[in-house]
Amino acid sequence: MSGSLLTRKVTAKDHIQGNSSAAIELVEYGDYQCPHCGRAYPIIKKLQHALGNKLKFVFRNFPLTNIHPDAMNAAVASEAAGKQGKFWEMHDMIFEHQDQLSESYLFSYAQELGLNVEQFQNDMVSEAVISKVEDDFESGMRSGVNGTPSFFINGEKYSNNWDYEPFLNYLKSL
Amino acid sequence: MLAVGTPAPEFELHSTPDQKLKLSELKGKKVILAFYPADWSPVCGDQMGLYNETLRFFKKHNAELIGISVDSKWCHLAFSQDRKFHFPLLADFEPKGEVARLYDVYDAKEGETQRALYVIDEQGIIRWAYLSPVGMNPGADGILNALEELDNVKQN
Repeated sequence: MSGSLLTRKVTAKDHIQGNSSAAIELVEYGDYQCPHCGRAYPIIKKLQHALGNKLKFVFRNFPLTNIHPDAMNAAVASEAAGKQGKFWEMHDMIFEHQDQLSESYLFSYAQELGLNVEQFQNDMVSEAVISKVEDDFESGMRSGVNGTPSFFINGEKYSNNWDYEPFLNYLKSL
Repeated sequence: MLAVGTPAPEFELHSTPDQKLKLSELKGKKVILAFYPADWSPVCGDQMGLYNETLRFFKKHNAELIGISVDSKWCHLAFSQDRKFHFPLLADFEPKGEVARLYDVYDAKEGETQRALYVIDEQGIIRWAYLSPVGMNPGADGILNALEELDNVKQN
């Protein structure tokens, strides 16, 4: 509903980019196969560049599996890469190749990122990795995520324009 | 909207071109009625797409989700196939908006239903009602809170 709050606080279990004690905490719930999330991806990069250590960025999975058949697998792949310390590298790789997310592509990205591919493949079917994605989804659902991308700024749902200029201006106004 | 605590009015509408669904057929289960303005519109597509993903959480509470708009059964069929929905969409098509009027969520000016949610318990009593701003997708959190509360009350 409108005015929703982030029900699961950001913890060390999350994937955090930037200054972890920054004044501005931006959480995105995203789906790797969602074109709007693909459009948000470079915007977030620009915001991170502009705001530097004032911004902490967190990405959580919210795959819409019925309309995006590869979204779940892509989310799991990012978490499996995270097991080898390369979550963000895989996150970026996926958003930069949004139209190539079948399993064979995901394995080739793992290889390209220098991951242990056998370990990566095992992790992609592991209970721990899959439930991490599902937990993210559930936390988003309980926080009022109503589509992707959904953003929370310092724990509050941000429902306004997330194009670069208005988004930056809003974050700067905090 | 109708008040919490009142019986949900009975209705029967097409769920597919050759099948109809009566509300009373769902007695013994909780029912989520999701009235929405129009098939294919961006916000409605997002809202129903979200519920398609959250169905498994609704089912844990013995709850069935039903979407209702004034679109025809054939329009619903195409929309549902396109989005791979796993829940029924009912056609409040003729007389147009009759069920929406019965539930006090008809927007006569636009000729569409409002964006509104009802949660009905196993005995057919309305237990939660929420009217959303028309351009705003209300998400699933309000529904889940309502379902949880109903189950907690029963346990105590």
